[in-house]
Amino acid sequence: MSYHEAPTIAAPDAPRLDQHDRSTLRFVTCGSVDDGKSTLVGRLLYDSKTLLDDQLDALASESKTVGTTGGDLDFALLVDGLQAEREQGITIDVAYRFFATKRRRFIVADTPGHTQYTRNMATGASNADLAVVLVDARKGAITQTRRHSHILSLLGVRHVVLAVNKMDLIGFDGDRFAAITAEYLTLAGQLGISQVQCIPVVAPEGDNIAVASARMPWYTGPTVTAYLESVDVTGDISQRPFRMPVQWVNRPHAEFRGFCGRITSGTIAAGETITVQPSGRRTHIARILTPGGERDRAAAGESVTLALADEIDVSRGDVLTAGPAPLVSDQLAAHLVWFDDDAMVPGRRYMLKCGAASTGAVITTLKHRISIDTMAQESATTLDANQIGYVHLSLDRALVFEAYRDDREMGSFILIDPINHRTAAAGMIELSLRRATNIQWQQLAVDKSVRARLKQQRPCVLWFTGLSGAGKSTIAELVDRRLAEFGRHAALLDGDNLRHGINRDLGFFSAERMENVRRVAEIAALFVDAGMIALVALISPFRSERELARHRVEAGEFIEIHVATPLAECERRDPKGLYRRARAGELPAFTGIDHPYETPQAPEITIDTSELTMEAACERIIRYLQEHHYL
Amino acid sequence: MTGQIEYVVEARSARDVLDEGPARRSVTSHLRRLEAESIHILRETAAEFRKPVMLYSIGKDSSVLLHLAMKAFHPGRPPFPLLHVDTTWKFREMIAFRDRRARELGLDLIVHTNHDGLSQGITPFAHGSARYTDVMKTQALRQALDLHGFDAAIGGARRDEEKSRAKERIFSHRSTAHRWDPKNQRPELWSLYNTLLAPGESMRVFPLSNWTELDVWDYILLENIPIVPLYLAAKRPVVERDGALIMVDDERMPLGPEEAPRWRSVRFRTLGCYPLTGATMSTAATLPEIVREMMASRTSERQGRMIDRDSPAAMERKKAEGYF
Repeated sequence: MSYHEAPTIAAPDAPRLDQHDRSTLRFVTCGSVDDGKSTLVGRLLYDSKTLLDDQLDALASESKTVGTTGGDLDFALLVDGLQAEREQGITIDVAYRFFATKRRRFIVADTPGHTQYTRNMATGASNADLAVVLVDARKGAITQTRRHSHILSLLGVRHVVLAVNKMDLIGFDGDRFAAITAEYLTLAGQLGISQVQCIPVVAPEGDNIAVASARMPWYTGPTVTAYLESVDVTGDISQRPFRMPVQWVNRPHAEFRGFCGRITSGTIAAGETITVQPSGRRTHIARILTPGGERDRAAAGESVTLALADEIDVSRGDVLTAGPAPLVSDQLAAHLVWFDDDAMVPGRRYMLKCGAASTGAVITTLKHRISIDTMAQESATTLDANQIGYVHLSLDRALVFEAYRDDREMGSFILIDPINHRTAAAGMIELSLRRATNIQWQQLAVDKSVRARLKQQRPCVLWFTGLSGAGKSTIAELVDRRLAEFGRHAALLDGDNLRHGINRDLGFFSAERMENVRRVAEIAALFVDAGMIALVALISPFRSERELARHRVEAGEFIEIHVATPLAECERRDPKGLYRRARAGELPAFTGIDHPYETPQAPEITIDTSELTMEAACERIIRYLQEHHYL
Repeated sequence: MTGQIEYVVEARSARDVLDEGPARRSVTSHLRRLEAESIHILRETAAEFRKPVMLYSIGKDSSVLLHLAMKAFHPGRPPFPLLHVDTTWKFREMIAFRDRRARELGLDLIVHTNHDGLSQGITPFAHGSARYTDVMKTQALRQALDLHGFDAAIGGARRDEEKSRAKERIFSHRSTAHRWDPKNQRPELWSLYNTLLAPGESMRVFPLSNWTELDVWDYILLENIPIVPLYLAAKRPVVERDGALIMVDDERMPLGPEEAPRWRSVRFRTLGCYPLTGATMSTAATLPEIVREMMASRTSERQGRMIDRDSPAAMERKKAEGYF
């Protein structure tokens, strides 16, 4: 068959005409390496006649030069577009492809089978309505099939096509097909995947892809294409209560203040009452601006701008809601798919992103890990890359969310490593671990302002950051002494000294350094609450943690002082002999040597002690405090 | 690849839905979904980055992107400027259109040209498309992003354009050297985007990732979005060179003895630098005619792009080097 010729199928006669008049099905293909996923996707594109002449010309010539099919059309080349993928003959990353038949349009995420790239499979599955799981007829369901199916079930994909590929290599054996099918249906049952359609195929030759195979007359079910065209995957998110995470506050001029976001569920009409979460403030909708103009009503899936009747405080990350209250909590239980090559260890800090909100988060407990082969829950202390576990998380602040099974958008999150910025995990929220309704701080009768008045001072944090040996502690001590002369009440929190006490359980790995900084930030904030001036001298190498410390107190209460002595000078001084030991390889992960120091971008004060004496540096800080009315 | 020019004699218009005009409900709902997703992405970009910029290449995708940005921040203005990397070899009509649109919409427009390349006399004729593209487009873009310290650059690329584009994330990370590492992309789940950057790193953002070429045309039609008239068929002076129809847009184009420009009815499916952009024979002079012609076409839009043909995986390599 010439590649320009139409395949002999019950074919779309002019498939590209009018293709926009049909619903869209988003699906993902998964399965192990070499099961033929890319070939299947390529074949679907080909059979749907989505491919154009120049693309077919290119495919024909590439099949001859880099193909793996002896010069016949290698359909995998249609989707494995990266050089490394062609070199190795595998899929590394998700490809999103579009095609259409008479009845439907499709977006397919062709995902890698290789274990190393499981995160990319999860990526493709997160937005899919259906999955095509391929298995090699010779092997049946193997570990990777189980892992992928488990991820599908966690991600809420309820419809699966099990494509048993390479049927030609087992002589089109119907009994073998039945055995594989039975085994997979048992697995699907365990996983709660409710809809499974099993189809025997030969992907490169198109058997049962778009055309019923004459070589397997015993199979009487639909072809892959026919099934994908007809399957009903609709779930009605518009029946759920109204939720809209606020993405952006639009305030172009004094007369307009609108809240932008995409409605994740439900509908809303002008005049209806809404509640802002987590604050719980109520107002009603004044106007609904949509991309098509001002409207009376908007529904799930739309990106809109809502103007509210009252001037209440709403910012990015808040959620506008109606109807039953969402969950609001800082303690969650969730399923995690671990992505990062560094194992998950409880106690490390991550940034958690859910909807438009982000916050610091700690995985407090790993409740169990899933054994992929048996689906059993096993106890474990860590999760390695590509493993699945069930965890408890503690967040820095309460977030607004839903259980994932009810709402994919409001129930999903990612964890980001704050040091290397890698996406470490994907999470699906199961439940809140704390009663959600009323999270309010205990209102204390004697508050910070009362204490500050009693002490006749303005409380604040003076946060000294810089390399080891830069002079942080020395300057902080001088400032402390000067503050005493002014009759001010201060407390000096020195990183080294704290490690003898409250932080003596912490080592020097990144996670422990972060915990060290977090604890010191908390203590400094408590001192500020007590009306004191807290001086902190701590290397605190990471910008994100210093930002965390800054946000722990109110605006204007945090003064970042960068003691910016150059590394060469610090190393020359080497007051504790640490640089010498680091250079000798005795101190791994030493800041400035083989561990990064992130320079502050906009510190309140910068001091270079290679230019200033310690005393002059101290006076400069005192002068800053006077000029800014802290003294 | 033969690069033959295809002349569409007759658009297959058995069910000519276009005659019903923009009122087609199902098309509308499909496009509204794409629109809502793109607007969400634009707002995330504005909210999460310190200094974003929108790359404006003046083509049809850029026009759609700009239209979406106007909607995303209405009644305010998009909170980022437009950046046009001007190779000095764009069609004259494009430049006129660019300046008019920026003025009409009241937007900040930054135009950047690689003056080093200009002073070295780099031209698409003298140095070949690969070297020219590297210096005047890739390097120029890197210069502009570094010069202004932009940490996010929004562009109109779509996944259906090209195989390596199909692999790209919506928020696509770039190293401090602007490099794309296709083997090490951040997983991108649901609508959650990891936007964290180390100093000097940047992000390329593609709000039109899930649009197809046909979607773009349908949307232009539906929303009545202004586009450069070069997309519409008209009599233009062209020469046939290496199997492509090249329009002689100014006197800088060196002509061989056999190459007398002929006035032919042509239009463009994509717009780039005029010496590197092949025209298509066409009489489609209105938007509905274009859409009809497109739907019947048997060649892809990048077929007219000389720069994609440099070598297999040309686009991937260029992207790894910092090309959009």
